[in-house]
Amino acid sequence: MADVIKTATRDAYGQALVELGEKDKSLIVMDADLAAATKTGAFKKAFPERFYDAGIAEANLVGVAAGLATTGHTVFASSFAMFLAGRAFEQVRNTIGYPHLNVKLGATHAGISVGEDGASHQCCEDIALMRTIPGMVIINPADDVEARAAVLAAAEYEGPVYLRFGRLAVPRFNDPENYNFEIGKGIEMADGSDVTIIATGLMVNEAMIAKDMLKEEGISARVINIHTIKPIDKDIILKAAKETGALVTAEEHNVIGGLGSAVAEVVCEEYPVPVVKVGVEDKFGASGPAVEMLKIYGLCASNIVEKAKKAISMK
Amino acid sequence: MDAATKKQLQIKACNVRMGVIEGVFNAKSGHPGGSLSIADVLTYLYFEHINVDPKNPKDENRDRFVLSKGHTAPALYAVLAHKGFFPVSELKNLRKPGSMLQGHPSMKLTPGVDMSTGSLGQGISTAVGMALGGKIDGKDYRVYTVLGDGEIQEGQVWEAAMFASAKGLDNLCAVIDNNNLQIDGSVAEVNSPYPIPEKFRAFGWNVIEICGHSFDEIDAAFRAAAETKGKPTAIIVKTVKGCGVSFMEDQCSWHGTAPNAEQYEQAMAELQAKLAELEA
Repeated sequence: MADVIKTATRDAYGQALVELGEKDKSLIVMDADLAAATKTGAFKKAFPERFYDAGIAEANLVGVAAGLATTGHTVFASSFAMFLAGRAFEQVRNTIGYPHLNVKLGATHAGISVGEDGASHQCCEDIALMRTIPGMVIINPADDVEARAAVLAAAEYEGPVYLRFGRLAVPRFNDPENYNFEIGKGIEMADGSDVTIIATGLMVNEAMIAKDMLKEEGISARVINIHTIKPIDKDIILKAAKETGALVTAEEHNVIGGLGSAVAEVVCEEYPVPVVKVGVEDKFGASGPAVEMLKIYGLCASNIVEKAKKAISMK
Repeated sequence: MDAATKKQLQIKACNVRMGVIEGVFNAKSGHPGGSLSIADVLTYLYFEHINVDPKNPKDENRDRFVLSKGHTAPALYAVLAHKGFFPVSELKNLRKPGSMLQGHPSMKLTPGVDMSTGSLGQGISTAVGMALGGKIDGKDYRVYTVLGDGEIQEGQVWEAAMFASAKGLDNLCAVIDNNNLQIDGSVAEVNSPYPIPEKFRAFGWNVIEICGHSFDEIDAAFRAAAETKGKPTAIIVKTVKGCGVSFMEDQCSWHGTAPNAEQYEQAMAELQAKLAELEA
């Protein structure tokens, strides 16, 4: 077996911006003094005349991006998820969301996998915040192949998009030759009949490992990758609810307001089945190596296995 | 400015003020005080200075205007209506269900509105973005924004001010409506933004101070701003909140209160009398 490629989705973001910049000469990229970390630095290097740094001023970053968008430019504005979705929430809501402007928010360093920087920088609330803004598209790619495709799709789409990327290098499991991305369309990664694991971001890979672990115990688990959390793919979720009768959600985000909530909202209203959530259990993060921290917070295959059994027992 | 032009602007401004009172009275809510303080500047901008075409409101070469102090939308709406972006009769529908005239400006609903605003401190950033877009695209349009003196207590204003001068956006002009009053009292008492000119100068802006009710001074200031190269211009306009309606003038309580029927009649009578005097 060939070695698994490991790349952070933020790296794929930076590369995809360069790719886009070559095609679209009016594309503008902005950052708030984090270009080296968000990887917009790659675009800055390639197209310095189309890169603008707002400095450490996220509120203004969002407003300037909105104003630029009204002049016909597609704008990618970047910072860490904590500061873009968190600090600048109201600016995003009122100045990008309300007028439905064509600004793409490239938010990196989402979730616990930020690692050593700790709780102040580990944003586990951004999906919840962005989900409440009418018309906001939210995409949380699972590997570098999906991240690249998501950035290209977001650029094609007219309107605000929140793109969520991670700091940690994660395994590539999608085939770059055959991968097909469509906004709002979930992907069935594996079929199964006893339970469905619905995962997003780096938890998709964990879900696949969990599926194999469950198989060894004679449990058949379906795995669905929900890269677009809003608008959510209701059809694939309801089909899984009907065919497997129990759902487990897995996300690197607070269990309040994220993918788990979105999935529960769908099934509650149309086809109620047990939904057990794997995520950050309404806690703040902490410092430590990313991989270790993910385990400590239960963001791992073994916890998914446990929750899958719980969901099945509730049928 | 010649006397005839000035008189025409005074007449327009009087009509704009009546539009403000009409709208706020019919809505039974809204912000007359700050709408009246900025009425002369907005009248000048739309009828004398900026390049906009009501028949082509999205013209990519037009000058842009952002009402950063979005709560004074009644004044902007009255100006846009009299300019011909939509019928003056629409002003009576201010704040009504289904109306194109929202409580605060919406670029999606109202022809001539270039940015949705209302949350203070944010409009100036969008104006900066528009000015930056003009520079990137090599266009010669200019961008204007109006802020309240209370609004500049918002930190984002200074983020935007720093960025605008750092990028040398001389196609940007910010007006500070210094009527000295905000909801909780005088701006000096609540949380003093003074001295305002020194602050903008320190942020690298060209600063002009004028009376916001003198068309001669307004005209000279905007002409000087347009000729300033290398840096954005801030025009600090000294104004009277509620200007033009005697009982509303310099009264904090008229920041966000609609007149009752009796007050409406009195306000309109005063403005009618002023109009008759100008047209005589």
